[in-house]
Amino acid sequence: MTASLEVRDVTVRYPNGVVAVDRAGFMLDQPTICALVGVNGSGKSSLFKALMGFVAPGGGTIRIGGLAVDEALKKGLVAYVPQSDDVDWNFPVLVEDVVMMGRYGHMGLLRIPRAADRAAVDAALERVGMAALRTRQIGELSGGQKKRAFLARALAQGAQVILLDEPFTGIDLTTEQAIVTLMREMRGEGRLMLVSTHNLGSVPEFCDQVVLFNRTVLAFGPTETTFTAANLALTFGAALRHVRLGGADLHDDADARHVTVLTDDEHPLVLYGPGGNQAVVPPGQGPAAT
Amino acid sequence: MAPGEAGYVIEWFTAPLAHEFMLRGLIVAMLVGAGCAVLSCYLVLKGWSLMGDAVSHAVLPGIVLAHLAGLSTKLGALAAGLGCALATGYIRRNSRVREDAVLAIVFAGMFAAGLVLFVKVDTDQHLSHILFGNVLGVTWAEVAETAAVIVPVALLAWARRRDLFLVCFDPAHARAIGLDARRLEIALLVGLALVIVAALAATGIVLVVAMLIAPGAIGFVATRRFDAMMAVATGVSVSACVLGVLASFHLDVATAPLIVVIQAGCFLPALWIGKRLR
Repeated sequence: MTASLEVRDVTVRYPNGVVAVDRAGFMLDQPTICALVGVNGSGKSSLFKALMGFVAPGGGTIRIGGLAVDEALKKGLVAYVPQSDDVDWNFPVLVEDVVMMGRYGHMGLLRIPRAADRAAVDAALERVGMAALRTRQIGELSGGQKKRAFLARALAQGAQVILLDEPFTGIDLTTEQAIVTLMREMRGEGRLMLVSTHNLGSVPEFCDQVVLFNRTVLAFGPTETTFTAANLALTFGAALRHVRLGGADLHDDADARHVTVLTDDEHPLVLYGPGGNQAVVPPGQGPAAT
Repeated sequence: MAPGEAGYVIEWFTAPLAHEFMLRGLIVAMLVGAGCAVLSCYLVLKGWSLMGDAVSHAVLPGIVLAHLAGLSTKLGALAAGLGCALATGYIRRNSRVREDAVLAIVFAGMFAAGLVLFVKVDTDQHLSHILFGNVLGVTWAEVAETAAVIVPVALLAWARRRDLFLVCFDPAHARAIGLDARRLEIALLVGLALVIVAALAATGIVLVVAMLIAPGAIGFVATRRFDAMMAVATGVSVSACVLGVLASFHLDVATAPLIVVIQAGCFLPALWIGKRLR
């Protein structure tokens, strides 16, 4: 079976009348890492909820690996890596217990692990480099280790479609690199990953495709052609900080090229100059001249 | 025998049990202690500590109304307790009020309604027994009834602990492996209402609340793993029940409150032990 995710004309409407997702559609039909990019409140998590079967779409169809959502879930095809804020890290549960949860779908009603389940857990922990930390309580892990533990759970589950919710929040750059490497390997094994993120800078670095999202799909396609300044402006509108540097701000000659920094997060620090160490303050954003 | 003499400790444990009412009290207290301890683990993890409070208080109008209608007061209590838990869930989903506030309104309202009815209607029950229980006054029939309810509920809650824990820990993953989290939550609430009603004769409305929180909290702070948490919770809870029943005989004090005092007293040592283990 090849991993695939088909979202066609999907609408999510809540009982209070709010339409969170409005006729959204995109199609991922091969192993890929696809970013789902949009502002907070754009309906990204509602779309995830629909993919997980938490809410039934008010219209349209979702097919995962060619199956309806409930069937795909029953077969254990879908894994979810939760956002750090959604997990209570105080729970009395060890890393290996979390990974074993990925095997529950393969076990009987009482969830008694067999040798194959233990082997899958061992292999998954080894893959993500967490074998030495398997008896740690989850709250004792760093942010990156927590993510890797949940990725190991998805691996142990044997999921073909993995949904990741803001995987890079609160994680340092080195760890982010390690996780990206792991995700690339998983793609190489034929898995499909949909990554909800507002970490714009890393999207071109590790995502093959992007879905730009605001209640519906504004743009969808390969990152090189879709993840453009124009499309991002469309997606984020005024919510995006747009810093454009060029001409006299940067240099004294007539070079027409300019540097554009897009961020929806903090104010970016842009350094430029002979040593690359001179902070650039774009026009109109610096302290008032006295 | 005086303290210090050989056999004093043994006799401290055995002498009260020469009385049949002490034996019945001990058995019923251990049953309730074990049942409450198993459920308390889920309540503490799910953040449902107030739910035990709510369901136990809400049973009062059920008892009085069932008495008026000539039905079993146990069934009346069960219906009212479940009604409270489900009504709370419904109101929370359909209003902007937070769950704790909704719970407080529903259960306090039901409890007050129960009190109004209780004072107005002449039942053959003692209010203080309903509120605080009467461990040493239970009959063999009540012991059997309690066992018939609590043993299956506790065994089920233990056997299905992997799924129940998962629903508390990560509902999204529960969903991802095809579990119906909502159904398990409702099953947990039904089990809670059953245990509370079964415990009423022994511990009463007010004290069952403590027994539904303290053991789980003790297990939570003392351990790093759920199986250990449940073992510690049950062990401490049952030990406290044994100790409380026997000590209340020697000291001539109220039994159920003493059990609760012992359980609460275990919390700080557990916290300390847990800190050292980590």
